[in-house]
Amino acid sequence: MYSETVTELCSGLRQRKYSATELTRNLLERIQAAQPALNAFITIDAEPALAAAAAADRLLAAGDAPVLTGVPIAHKDLFCAAGSRTTCGSRMLENFVSPYDATVVARLRAAGAVALGKTNMDEFAMGSSNETSYFGPVRNPWDPTRVPGGSSGGSAAAVAARLVPAATGTDTGGSIRQPAALCGVTGVKPTYGRVSRFGLVAFASSLDQAGVIARSAEDSALLLGVMAGFDPRDSTSVDLPVPDYRSSLEQPLQGLKVGLLKEFFDKGLDPAVETCLRAALEVLRSQGAILKEVSLPSLPLSVPTYYVVAPAECSSNLARYDGVRFGHRCENPRDLTDLYERSRGEGFGAEVKRRVMTGTYVLSAGYYDAYYLKAQRVRALIAEDFRRAFAEVDVLICPTTPTPAFEIGAKMNDPVTMYLNDIYTIGANLAGLPAVSVPCGLVNALPVGMQIIGGHFSEARLLNVAHRYQRETDWHRRAPEAYR
Amino acid sequence: MKPTTTAAASAWETVIGLEIHAQLSTRSKIFSGSATAFGAPPNAQADLVDLGYPGILPVLNGEAVRMAVLFGLAVGAKIAPRSVFARKNYFYPDLPKGYQISQYELPIVAGGHVDIVLDDGSTRRVGLTRAHLEEDAGKSLHEGLPGLTGIDLNRAGTPLIEIVSEPEMRSAKEAVAYMKKVHTLVRYLGICDGNMQEGSFRCDANVSVRPRGAEKFGTRAEIKNINSFRFVEKAINYEVGRQIEVLENGGKVVQETRLFDPEAGETRSMRSKEEANDYRYFPDPDLLPVELDSAYIDEVRSRLPELPDQKAERFEKDYGLSGYDAQVLTASKELAHYYETVVATSKGSPKLAANWVSGNLAAYLNRDGLEIGASRVSAANLSALLVNIENKTISGNIAKDVFAAMWDESGNADEIIAQRGLRQITDEGAIEQAIAGVLAAHPGQLADFRSGKDKLFGFFVGQVMKATQGKANPERLHELLKKALSG
Repeated sequence: MYSETVTELCSGLRQRKYSATELTRNLLERIQAAQPALNAFITIDAEPALAAAAAADRLLAAGDAPVLTGVPIAHKDLFCAAGSRTTCGSRMLENFVSPYDATVVARLRAAGAVALGKTNMDEFAMGSSNETSYFGPVRNPWDPTRVPGGSSGGSAAAVAARLVPAATGTDTGGSIRQPAALCGVTGVKPTYGRVSRFGLVAFASSLDQAGVIARSAEDSALLLGVMAGFDPRDSTSVDLPVPDYRSSLEQPLQGLKVGLLKEFFDKGLDPAVETCLRAALEVLRSQGAILKEVSLPSLPLSVPTYYVVAPAECSSNLARYDGVRFGHRCENPRDLTDLYERSRGEGFGAEVKRRVMTGTYVLSAGYYDAYYLKAQRVRALIAEDFRRAFAEVDVLICPTTPTPAFEIGAKMNDPVTMYLNDIYTIGANLAGLPAVSVPCGLVNALPVGMQIIGGHFSEARLLNVAHRYQRETDWHRRAPEAYR
Repeated sequence: MKPTTTAAASAWETVIGLEIHAQLSTRSKIFSGSATAFGAPPNAQADLVDLGYPGILPVLNGEAVRMAVLFGLAVGAKIAPRSVFARKNYFYPDLPKGYQISQYELPIVAGGHVDIVLDDGSTRRVGLTRAHLEEDAGKSLHEGLPGLTGIDLNRAGTPLIEIVSEPEMRSAKEAVAYMKKVHTLVRYLGICDGNMQEGSFRCDANVSVRPRGAEKFGTRAEIKNINSFRFVEKAINYEVGRQIEVLENGGKVVQETRLFDPEAGETRSMRSKEEANDYRYFPDPDLLPVELDSAYIDEVRSRLPELPDQKAERFEKDYGLSGYDAQVLTASKELAHYYETVVATSKGSPKLAANWVSGNLAAYLNRDGLEIGASRVSAANLSALLVNIENKTISGNIAKDVFAAMWDESGNADEIIAQRGLRQITDEGAIEQAIAGVLAAHPGQLADFRSGKDKLFGFFVGQVMKATQGKANPERLHELLKKALSG
C-alpha cells in the first residue's frame, strides 16, 4: 500500500482494503527504517498519527468521511501544527512547540489527512540542498551521496522514497520545484496568494508560497484543492473561488500554445537534461500542443534580484528571534546586547546569518536605493516580461534545474554557485506565478524535471498539462531502487 | 533649572515642530483582535499577533483607517488614495517582532492645517506635514523587579495616529496652543480619549533656535514622549534656553534625542545622531496597500461632526459671543454642549451664560480637577440660577454664594435661595427704610457728600447693602439712594 498514490489510497481506504491504522503503521515503520539513511524527518509524530488514524477509521466506518480521511501526509517543518514541534530546521526553534495550527495544516486536518511528522528542510528555508539544516542534511533516495535539493528536501525525499504519498512544502525561490525535480516527484508552487501563508514561518513574505509535493499531477490537484482558498488571517491571500482542479485534468492539449523559454535553453544547461526536455516537449506536441520559442530578456536578472529582495525581507522577518519570548536563549546573558548577540549567534546557522547580514545591508541608509529599490524595479520588469509572454502563449516550459542532483558538500563553500542552482525557478516567485515541476527523465540514473509556468491563477491549466504528460509517460511512477 | 527668558533671547528665534501620538479609540488593536482597554494585568491583552509568534500575520483593523481618514478630513488634508504600511526595524525587548509597523513614504493623510488662537486673540495657522497610522510598542517594567526587566505587551499593537506638524511654531505657548487644539479635535471626532496620564495623547517636540531673521533652521533636538501640556511648555522653554546658552558660548547644538525630566525641570541627552538607529524602513510585505476610493472618503466625510472652529463661529453668530469666549466654550464638545443646554433651558442672555460657564464654573472645575462631565452643578441647575439672576430674584453677587452652596451641597438654586432667605429686596419701602437708617447713622459723611465729595456715594451703597445683607436690588438701591442724597 505504501506505493499507492493519494488517489488510490482514498479509494483503498473507502473500500476497506486496508484500514487507516494499518496504513499509518506501515508508513511509520518505513519512515523509522529510512531515517538513518535519508534523515528526511525532523519529528515523527507516531502517537498523534495513530490516534488520528483510529479516528479516521471510525469516520470511514460511519461512511461520512471527508475526502482525505486516513490519507497519511507529512508537513515541511515550517508549518505550525498545534502541539507539535516546529523547528524550521534551526537550532533557534529546536524546542519551539506551536500553540496553533497553520491554515494549511488545519485544512488538511479537517479534510481527514493524517500527519505523520515534520520533514527536514534547509534552515528557515534558506538553501537549495538541504545541507543548511541544523538537524543534518537529507540524502537523495536515488543516491545517498547526493543532495535531495532544497529547501523542501525532506518532503521531496519522503515522497520519492514512498514514506508518504504526499507532503506539504513551501517555495520562495524554487524550494518545492527544485527538490521535486531532483527527487523525481511532482511539485506544485501555486500563485502567490492562492494558499494561505498563515502559520507558515516566514522566510521572505512577498515570495513565500505553500504548495504540495506528490507523486502525480492528479494527486497534487486533489491536495491543492483542499489547501487553497482565501484566508481572512492572511491579508495577501486572494479571495477567488477555488476550482475543482481534478475536473479539468483530462482536457485535451490540442492547440495549447507552449512557449519555450529561450534564455533557459541557452548556456549552462546540461546537454543530457536538454535531451530529456526535448523528448518531453515532443510528448506534448504529439498531443496537439504548438511549441514556440519565447524570450524574456529580463529573466537572467532574476537571481541577483532575488538575492536582494529575499534577504531584505528575511533580515526583518527573523528579527523576532531575539531570545526574549520564544526560541533559543543563550545562557546567563550579561546584558541586553549580550542576550541578542549570543542568542542569535548560537541559534542561527551560517547561511541564515549570511542572508540576514546581506538583507540588513541592502536596506541600510545609503544603500536602499541602489539595492532594494533597484531590485524592486527589476522585479517589476520581470513580471512585465512574463505578462507579455502570456499574451502570446498559454504556458511556458523550461527545465526545473540546470543539472541533476549534485553531491553533498559540492557547493557548500561556494554560495554563489549554489544560488545559481535556482536560476530557472526564481522568476516565477518574483512574478508571483504558479509553476509545476514534473519528472521527465533520468540522467545517469538521477531524475530531472520539466517546469511548466503559467499566468496568475492558472493552476488548473498547469495541472492539466502535467497530467496529460504523465498519462503518456511513466517517469513519475519510477521509484528509487532501495525504496520500491 | 536655568533661566529660560534672558535678555538675549530676543536675538534668537525659536522654531518648533511637534509629532503628536494619539491613540485611536478602537476596541481592538490595529493588527490583532486583542482588546485595547487600559489597566489590564500585564500581557492579559496580548495574543499571538501581539507576541510576534512565528508564522503569525497582521490583519488591518478597518476602524483605525476610518478614524485616520476622519482626522484628515477634519484638518482639510489630502486623503491618500493609496497608502502603504512599512516596517521600522530595530531591536528592543518590548518590540516583539523586531520591527514596528508604521507608514513611511506613503502616509494615509498628507497636509492639512490647524488654526490656533493666541492669548492676544489673534489667530495663527499651523500647517501639518502628514499623519500616519502605526502600532504602539509594549512597555518595559522595572519597578519591583530588581535586576530584571519585565515586559508588558498589552499596549503592543495599539493603534496610533502620528500627527506631524510643519516647523511653524515660534514659542512654547504656540506649541501648547497647537497641542491643545489637536487634543480638542481628536476628542470632537471621537477618535481618541485624549487621556494624557494613560499615554493616549503624547508628543515629541523638535526644537531649534536660529538668529532672528535667519532663513536656515538651526540644528534641532528632539524631546521625546512628553505627556502633559505643562511639561511641553516647560521642556521647550528649558531646551530653548539651553540651546541659546550653548550657541552664545560659542558651542554647537548637537542633533540628538533628549528626554524631559519633570522633577528636575530639564531635558537630558538620550542618544546622539551617531548612535541613532538606522531603521531600514521598507514596505511591509504582509500587508496590502490601503486603497481608498472617493465613495469611501465621502461616506466618512458625511459622518464628520460639527468641528470646534465651526462651532465657535456659530457661537459667535448665534449667541453674540466674542471670538475669545466662543473659543473657550468650544474647547471640548462636552463643555459646548453644557453651555448650549444652559442657554436653551434658561432662555436668558447667552452672554450671561457664557460668563458663568467660562468664569465661575470653570474655576470650580479647575479647583477640584474635574472634567465638565463630572461637574457638581448640572446644566439644568446652573440655568435655574441664571433665571433667578435675570428675573432679579437675586443679585449677581449673591448668585456667587448660591453657586458655591450648589457646588458643595449639590443643591438646587431655588431651594437654596428660599432656605437662606437670599431673595433680593425689590420693595421700595424696605430699601428706603434702610437708606434712611444709614443716612441717619452717618451724618458726617452725609455732610461731606453734600459738600461735593461724590466718591462717598459708593460708601453709602456699601452701607445699605450691609444693612440688607446684600439682598437689596442694586439698581433700585442706586435710584433710591440718589433720590435720598439729593433731597
